[in-house]
Amino acid sequence: MYAALWRMLPGPLWLRILLAIIIVAAVLAALVLWVFPWVSTFIEAPEVTVE
Amino acid sequence: MGLVIIGVLGELFLTAGVLVLLFLGWQLWLNDIIVGNEQRDAALEFSESLSRDAPEKPSDDEPAGPDEPETPTEPDAPVSTVAPVENQAFATIFVPRFGADYARKIAEGVSLPKILNRPELGVGHYPGTQLPGEVGNFALAAHRTTWGKPFAEIGELQLGDKIYVQTVDGWYTYTFRNLEYVMPTEVEVIAPVPQAPEIEASERFITLTSCNPRFSAAERIIAYGVLESWQPASEGMPAELAALWEGTA
Repeated sequence: MYAALWRMLPGPLWLRILLAIIIVAAVLAALVLWVFPWVSTFIEAPEVTVE
Repeated sequence: MGLVIIGVLGELFLTAGVLVLLFLGWQLWLNDIIVGNEQRDAALEFSESLSRDAPEKPSDDEPAGPDEPETPTEPDAPVSTVAPVENQAFATIFVPRFGADYARKIAEGVSLPKILNRPELGVGHYPGTQLPGEVGNFALAAHRTTWGKPFAEIGELQLGDKIYVQTVDGWYTYTFRNLEYVMPTEVEVIAPVPQAPEIEASERFITLTSCNPRFSAAERIIAYGVLESWQPASEGMPAELAALWEGTA
């Protein structure tokens, strides 16, 4: 799968590496900015109050 | 063909594993730093606005006058005029043991979604318990893990540690006394006299509650303190705390 994605990247090796880095960075940013905050709403933090 | 499918499947599993690890890193480390910083910045801004909005002079006919003797063990009737509105911040808390630059807002209520899980708040005041400086118990709750973990280091408090609370009236300096570990149902810890609901309060306590053990909701960790001194907003931040802030600025 990743090998096929790598082959889809155009251009010489240095451009492919650059593109790969940009794509990975974009995916990480999307995870941190949107996906993880959304997932965390399903995870209950431990209760801290007495009741 | 079968090999290709297995290969893709393997890569998907590996990807899923990496995603889970990334999420854990975010939840337990990165997000705490981000949310913690947001909570602190919001608290500092609020602290400044509290000082700005402070009444010019609390009262002009104070019997003892400005040059009364220092009596740290017997605070001279602290003023408390705040009227907290539900889910809104009314005070800030500074605990040097939690970090020299530690600051958080205190809001009225202990709702998880509305206060404790919010990047601009973080610490909640139990409604019905006393307000800063009042005789009785000023009881607070906050996370020990995740969501900026305002009380992450509650277990590190040591006898004599200062807990500063600021309202529009001024600064209340509490001294930490002891920790206690209780079951989640022991509401007596936030009674006017902690663990003694039948006794009428004569002292001014502060109580911090959080979860114990860390990452679990099985028990609660409780930190108690007593009011040591009070100073009106016109006198500014307590000198000891101001000196600490000088160091971090």
